[in-house]
Amino acid sequence: MDVLPYVVAAWVMLVGLYGIVTSRDLIHLVICLSVVQSSTYVLLISIGYKKGGEPPVFADRPPTARAVDPIVQALTLTDVVVGATVTAMLLAIAVQAHKRYGSLDPEKLRAMRG
Amino acid sequence: MSAAVRRNVFLMFGAGFAALLLWSFGGLPDFGHYAGPYGDILNASSIPERQTTAVVSAINFDYRGFDTLGEEFILFAAVVGVASLLRNLRGERDRRPDDDARGRRVREPSVAVSVLGLGLVGPTVLVGLYVVVHGHQTPGGGFQGGVILATALLLVYLSDTYVTLLRVGPMALIEFAEALGAASLGLLGLAGLIWGTAYMENVLPLGTAGHLLSAGTIPLSSVAVGLAVTGGFAFMLSEFLEQTLVVRRRR
Amino acid sequence: MLQVVVLGMVAVSALAVVAARDPLRQAMVASIYGLVLGILFFVFAAPDVGLSQTVVGAVALPLMILLALAKVRGGEE
Repeated sequence: MDVLPYVVAAWVMLVGLYGIVTSRDLIHLVICLSVVQSSTYVLLISIGYKKGGEPPVFADRPPTARAVDPIVQALTLTDVVVGATVTAMLLAIAVQAHKRYGSLDPEKLRAMRG
Repeated sequence: MSAAVRRNVFLMFGAGFAALLLWSFGGLPDFGHYAGPYGDILNASSIPERQTTAVVSAINFDYRGFDTLGEEFILFAAVVGVASLLRNLRGERDRRPDDDARGRRVREPSVAVSVLGLGLVGPTVLVGLYVVVHGHQTPGGGFQGGVILATALLLVYLSDTYVTLLRVGPMALIEFAEALGAASLGLLGLAGLIWGTAYMENVLPLGTAGHLLSAGTIPLSSVAVGLAVTGGFAFMLSEFLEQTLVVRRRR
Repeated sequence: MLQVVVLGMVAVSALAVVAARDPLRQAMVASIYGLVLGILFFVFAAPDVGLSQTVVGAVALPLMILLALAKVRGGEE
């Protein structure tokens, strides 16, 4: 349990990279890229956790020493939303590539020759 | 290189990368024994100093507001990227969407979906506004609430037709909202400069923690970010829908 | 204990997302993966991040994937 979250983060990143390397469809590739991004969120959140931790929200109780670290949460929060927007931009690139070349296979899209 | 060769090369180097990664994770503190002092200081001083009870929002919009400004403009740039990528290319024309033609060929959504969707639009908008406005007290803020509000627009499209979506959320209004949100976040920082302190300093009266009007500029930044994120996601949704339903290749 | 179970679910879901080769199927699995990640963040005492991940990863991202697929598969007249 001491290192399990870090191992899971490494596993998710490697699984996503494998998906990117062996992908035969551009949209599948973009989704695997978002999986790789999510592995960094898991790593960040599990770094800031404290045993018996409570959320860093003090709306109904005084601040305690057991609240988990709020800074990594702030980083991850904006990262999630912005990452989804960048993924949408990559999907737009895939759509335009399909319009131009007629296929989404990365093998067939190699032709950038004039 | 062929697919099999590529996979084998990746497995080989992936094993090496995994070994390095796990070796580096050994140097991290054990899970659950976070030792950094910065987080504890912020937890203890966020209520006395900034009168907010949600520390994460205080970090996003005040302590590290400059990072949020950068993230906001990454979002803005990605939305501009989607707009320029999905523009009408040479050889494409707009045609009226399927559900606007005189002889409708598209089946309308079933009554159950329509009723459920339209019934949920109101509560979704309410929840989204609540999350945006109460960002400085409870978990939430501009980013989450903005996406929830964009989902409400999606519900309108799902429960009725594309034409209804255009009437409820015209493109011009969505673009204006997005630009206004991004610009407001940048200009709110100027209040600090006008007051005589640093850019993005929290200069409005702080109030008392737990009240709606407290924490200075944090709720205003939350609303600006909410506006920008709503406009951004709704704009991307409209662009993709327009590509699917309206743009056609000229024969 | 709950954290160990949810971490296991995250690992299995990530493998399922990559193993689903058809993008349409993968969009649904990605939605489930987003939901499981949101649960993980809630269990790790991060409610802001959990809210953000649930809304984005389970709703907005699969929506974009489906719209891109609709354009690619059925766009031509």
